[in-house]
Amino acid sequence: MTLSTLLSADLPYWAQSLLRVLGGLVAVLLPAGTIVYLFLFKMMSFMQSRLGPMEAGPQGSMQLFAEVGKWLQKEDIYPARADKFIFKLAPLIVLASTFLLVVVVPFGPDAIFTDFESGVFYALAVSSVSVLGILIAGWASANKYSLLGGLRAAGQLIAYELPMVLAVVGVVIQAGTMNLQQIVVAQNAGSMFGFSSLGNPYVITQFVGFIVFMIAVQAELTQTPFDMPIAESELVSGYMTEYSGFRFLIFFIGEFATAGVFSMIASVLFLGGWAVPFSWFGWTTIDSIDNWMNVVGPLILFTKMIAVVFFIMWIRFSYPRFREDQLQKFAWKVLIPVSLANIMVTAILKVAF
Amino acid sequence: MSLLGDRQQLAYIAAQAADARVNVELETEGMTLNIGPQHPATHGTLRIIARLDGEQVLWADPSCGYMHRGYEKLTEVRSYPQVTALVNRIDWLGSFANEVPFILAAEKLMGVEAPSRAQHIRTILFELSRIANVTLFLGDLGVQLGAVTPVFFAFRDREYVLNLIEGATGGRFHPNFDRIGGLKDDLPAGFIDETRIVMKKLRGFCDQIEDLLFGNEIFQSRTRGIGVIPKDVALQYGLSGANLRASGVDWDLRRDQKLPLAYDKVDFKVITHPDGDSFARCWVRLQEVRESTRIVDQLLDTLPAGPIMAKVPKIIKVPEGEAWVSTENPLGEMGYYVVSQGDMGPFRVKIRSASFNNISITPWLLKGVYVPDIITILASLYFILGDIDR
Repeated sequence: MTLSTLLSADLPYWAQSLLRVLGGLVAVLLPAGTIVYLFLFKMMSFMQSRLGPMEAGPQGSMQLFAEVGKWLQKEDIYPARADKFIFKLAPLIVLASTFLLVVVVPFGPDAIFTDFESGVFYALAVSSVSVLGILIAGWASANKYSLLGGLRAAGQLIAYELPMVLAVVGVVIQAGTMNLQQIVVAQNAGSMFGFSSLGNPYVITQFVGFIVFMIAVQAELTQTPFDMPIAESELVSGYMTEYSGFRFLIFFIGEFATAGVFSMIASVLFLGGWAVPFSWFGWTTIDSIDNWMNVVGPLILFTKMIAVVFFIMWIRFSYPRFREDQLQKFAWKVLIPVSLANIMVTAILKVAF
Repeated sequence: MSLLGDRQQLAYIAAQAADARVNVELETEGMTLNIGPQHPATHGTLRIIARLDGEQVLWADPSCGYMHRGYEKLTEVRSYPQVTALVNRIDWLGSFANEVPFILAAEKLMGVEAPSRAQHIRTILFELSRIANVTLFLGDLGVQLGAVTPVFFAFRDREYVLNLIEGATGGRFHPNFDRIGGLKDDLPAGFIDETRIVMKKLRGFCDQIEDLLFGNEIFQSRTRGIGVIPKDVALQYGLSGANLRASGVDWDLRRDQKLPLAYDKVDFKVITHPDGDSFARCWVRLQEVRESTRIVDQLLDTLPAGPIMAKVPKIIKVPEGEAWVSTENPLGEMGYYVVSQGDMGPFRVKIRSASFNNISITPWLLKGVYVPDIITILASLYFILGDIDR
C-alpha cells in the first residue's frame, strides 16, 4: 500500500528513489512557499493595513523567488570564533527533521512515502531532532544572544514536547492504532453517535486534545506567543543571529516547512487527513477507495493544512509574547494536567462504549 | 607596579571571585551581556551593560553618549532664531514641543509675550506633537513585547497628525515654526475642521490599542507588577512626566505652572495611577493621548482672532540675564536654562531633557529582573535617544 507498490511494476530502484526525493521536496517546499506568500506576505499585510509585496509578478507572487535570489547572493559569513563545522551543520539538521517528518504523512490511499506501523510515535520522535539543530546553532555561533536563544529553545521545545505527545495519546486510544494511515481511515469510516455522514473527525470528539496539540505546535514552531528563542526585540534573532545568506535561508525554509508539516500532521490526526467521509462515495475500507483519490487526496490535505496554518499565523500576528518562566508554567501547570485528564476521560469512554 | 595598578588588579580578582560565587549551588558563572548600542529594542544607540546569571540580571548599567551631538555647545554659536532648528532634533518624535520652552525662555528675558492667538496655536501644536509622539509609543510597545501588528496601526494614525503639523508648519518632523514673540505663520485654511476629524480618529486608535494590547492577558502578565517604582524612589531619581504620574505623584507642569500658554483656558484631567509598574506607565500614556485630543478640541473651539506676532525688533538681541523655563513635554519635564550677555545668540544654554533623568533609574530598576523584562521596563520608561544624548 505504498507509492512504491504503485510504481514498482516497471520502474528500477533508482527511478523510484528519485521520484521519492522529488516528491519529498515538493511536499516540503511547496507548503513552505505557499505559507510564506499567503500568510507572511499577504495576510500579515492585510491585518496591518498595508499591501505587502506588489511589484514582483502579479500581486507580488514572485516576491519569494526574488527573496531566495537575494539570499543566495549574500556573502556566507561565519563568526571568527565559531565552531565552523557544527555551525554549518546546524541549519541542515533543522531542515532534515522536517524531511524526516514528512515521510510518514499520508497523502492518499497509496500516496505515502512509508507506511509506518508506529507512525505517530515516529513523527513525535523525529520532530524533536530540530531541537538539536537549534541548540548547536546557538552554541556554535559564539554569540551571547545566540546562546541565550538556543538554551531558551531547548527548554521550550522539551517542555512542549510532552503536552504534544499526551494530546496525541487521546487520538491513539480512540483510533486504536499508531499508524497514521489507519487513523485517517478510522476517522472517515467511523461515525459519531450513529451519524456517519461526517465520519468521525477527532477534532470534535478529541476537542481538548486538538486545542492542546495546536498550542504545543505553536510552541514547537516558536511562533509568536512562544517565540522567545527568536525574540526579535530581546535577543536580536536568537539562535539565527549570526546566520546569513544561504544558511539563514535554510533556517527560514525550515521554519515554514515545519509549520506546514506539523499542520499536515494535525490535519491527519484531527481533521480526517486526505480523505472525505467514506459514506459519501459508499466506500467501506481503504481497499475500496477509487484510485483518483491519490490525486485529489493531496489537494484535500493541502487545503486542510492551509486552514490550520491560518490559525497558527493569525495568532502569530496578533499576540505579544510570553516570558520564559510564564511559558514553562503554562506548559507544566496547565497543558500537561489538561491533557492527562483528557487521556483519562478518553480511556474511560473507550472502555465504557 | 604602582599602587593604583595593584588596586585594579585586586578589584579584578575580587570581581572574578564574586562571579564564581554568583550561584553557589549550581556553580555557574555570570555573563556580561551588552544590550546595544546596536539593538532592535533600544530605538537608538543606548547601551545597557547587563551582568546576567542565567536569565536574571545581577546589575545593569545604561551607558549613553553614542549619539551625543553637542547641542548645548552649538547653541553658543547660533543666533536665537537659529536655535529652534537645532533643538527640534532633541526629541525627534515630538519636535515642536522642544522649541516651545526655549522660545519661552528667550521671551522671558526680552519681556515679550506672544499674542493670545499665537499662544493658542502653540498649545495646539504642542499637544499635536505630544499625540504624534505617544501614539508611536503605544504601537512600539507591542513590538517590544512581541506583537508585530499594533505598530502599523500607530504609524498609520500618526500620519494623520503629522499631516496636520506639516499643513500648519511645513515640516513633518522638524517644524522650526516657533518664533520669539509669536509664530511664523497663521494656521492654514481648513486646519480646524481637519483637526477635529483627526482627533476623533485618534480616539478610535486609543480604543483599538486598548482592545488589542491592554486587554490582552499576555500583555498584562508581562507588564503588571514588572518594574515597580515606588513614589519616593521616583521622586528621588527625578523622574518626570508619565513615569512619575504612574507612580501616583500628581504633578503636571501644564497645570501646575503659570506660563504664557493656553492651558489655563481648557479643562483637562491629570491622569495618575497608584501602581507604579510598567502597566501603569503604559496606561497613563494611553489616557494622556485621550486627554490631549480633548485639549485640542477645546482649544479649537476657543481659538481667538488677532495677530500671531508681537512687536519684536528685526534683529533680535536678548538683554543680559538668566532664565529657566520648563514645560511638560511628551517624555516628561523639559527645560532650558538660558544665560544671555546681550548678544545675538545665547552665552550658555543648559538643556534639561526628560529621558536622561528617566533612564537614570534603570540600574536600580533592572536589578534582579529577567532579560525579557529589561525590554518591557525600558519600553515602558519610554525614552528617545536624541533626548538622552542631546
